Amino acid sequence: MNRNKHDLTFWVFLAPVLFAFVMIVVVPFFIGVYYSFTDWNATARAGQGLSFIGLQNYLVSFQDPGFIYSFLITTLYTVMNVVVINVVAVVLALAVTSKLRLRNAYRMGFFIPYLIGGLILGYLWQFIFNNAIPSIGRSIGLFAALADPQNLMLGEVSTSLIALVIVGSWQYAGYIMMIYVAAIEGVPNELYEAATIDGASEWHRFRSITVPMIAQAFTVTMFLTLVNSFKQFDVNYSLTAGGPATRFMDRSIYGTELLAMNIYNTAFVGNNLAAGQARAVIFFVVLVVFSLIQVRINKRRELEL
Amino acid sequence: MNTSEQRRRNVFELLMLALLIAFLYPFVIVLINSAKDSFSVTQFPMRLPENWGQLFVNIRTIWVSPNVRYSSSFFSSVVITMSSLAAVTIFPAMAGWVLVRTKTRTSQVLFMVFVAAMVIPFQIVMFPLVSWFRTVFEITGVRLLRSYLGVVLAYLGFGLSLSVFMYHGFIKSIPYELEEAAIIDGCRRPEVFFRIVFPLLTPVHATIAILHGIWIWNDFLLPLLILGRGNRIQTLPLAVANFAGAFVKQWDLILTAILMAMVPVLVFFFFAQKKIIRGMVAGSIK
Repeated sequence: MNRNKHDLTFWVFLAPVLFAFVMIVVVPFFIGVYYSFTDWNATARAGQGLSFIGLQNYLVSFQDPGFIYSFLITTLYTVMNVVVINVVAVVLALAVTSKLRLRNAYRMGFFIPYLIGGLILGYLWQFIFNNAIPSIGRSIGLFAALADPQNLMLGEVSTSLIALVIVGSWQYAGYIMMIYVAAIEGVPNELYEAATIDGASEWHRFRSITVPMIAQAFTVTMFLTLVNSFKQFDVNYSLTAGGPATRFMDRSIYGTELLAMNIYNTAFVGNNLAAGQARAVIFFVVLVVFSLIQVRINKRRELEL
Repeated sequence: MNTSEQRRRNVFELLMLALLIAFLYPFVIVLINSAKDSFSVTQFPMRLPENWGQLFVNIRTIWVSPNVRYSSSFFSSVVITMSSLAAVTIFPAMAGWVLVRTKTRTSQVLFMVFVAAMVIPFQIVMFPLVSWFRTVFEITGVRLLRSYLGVVLAYLGFGLSLSVFMYHGFIKSIPYELEEAAIIDGCRRPEVFFRIVFPLLTPVHATIAILHGIWIWNDFLLPLLILGRGNRIQTLPLAVANFAGAFVKQWDLILTAILMAMVPVLVFFFFAQKKIIRGMVAGSIK
């Protein structure tokens, strides 16, 4: 057989994947970029009656307080989420790799929330924040402040954002923990034994063997959590639905509307598909930048090794 | 081991156990409140239910609710997840194989394009996808919106990047001599793939099925856009959103719906936990 030839098998085997790729990714991607430069709206059919308006959708987006605010709040959410998830995950990973009797049960347990979708978890936590926590305040005098409607987590923008981080981290930390666990357990036992024979203390072994292994996994977990936090939609939709309202640049806007939800709302609630599409393009560009940085770091790391 | 060391370890073990219980307590809250009526669910959310029988009353209500249509939504979720998983394993495996075994410029470029597409978020494609599906229907009469076909095709489109990447990497490690021997024995190329290579890919199939399975089963935005709200076909997350949106304050029933949406996943996890965790970790490290 000639291995440098495109025979019939080559194209037949590629056909299903190529077809889906063109239908679902390529065509909508390019239509989407094109639409972001037009006055596309819900009633227009593909390519009919659209007029080209240049960068106007982009300019309007960058002047819209709602979008600017959403960008800022998403950045803040992403940073908090990445830090909290990774700190919690490392601590849990260290705990469940130590000599605990029930360590497998802990691993499974911490991982479980990841299996349930963010949409469902958001509703569940909405109940916890709005009902379960205030009821603790009602029955235990010491925590009476919790029962005060003024103190509801989802009542203020700042605490709502923290609530989003709590739920996002609760869902994701167990999964990231598993990656750290794999990294820690990937250290050959001989390494620890050799270090012990050489007289290294427990702390020393931890610093010189475990920490570098965790750092190795950090590139993966960092970008996994970064990209997923930046794309958060489901928990946002079900937990806060973008609320509560706040004021920004003299306009009343949603206080916890992350970018993915801002794109969705611009198109469907604000009924401006072209503007939503322009925001999606901006969203995409940011994600491409994240990925390029990741590729860079991975390359540099490979060179070092 | 001396006794103070032993005691320290026991304290640590107890602390971890307490932490685990606190961590999983939200699930307990779902369970106990699914067995309450609308009054006690808001008044005493932390108490144990007075009458567990209420759980079955609530389950019945959700089962027949016109918003949830539990059995039909569950069925749709299963159909969509299973067909999509078949699609994102078989087709990308085929593609990955010919891309590895045909060493041309075209193969290289196609592989790079597929992998690069991993960066593309659903958001940039979702609005044009809906209008494009509508156009396809007008031209060909093939219904992709509000249909299983459209959802499965969409999952193949978005899932193939990771799948092709993983199959490609694994197939590269399979010695070509194995396939050569089969060709000498008179196997045709497609046969070589399906008889020899495909069975060797089992670990990759498992990893991909788990990674994509968790995503597809729980996904909300894609089915929301392609299937639409209140469609005859709806997945479980759509059903829960539909119900919670329609009855914002009926927490007893919303939590029952949440419970019923979670239980199938938890049961599945219980039986396949080792495989699932191995698959998730293998998939993320790549």
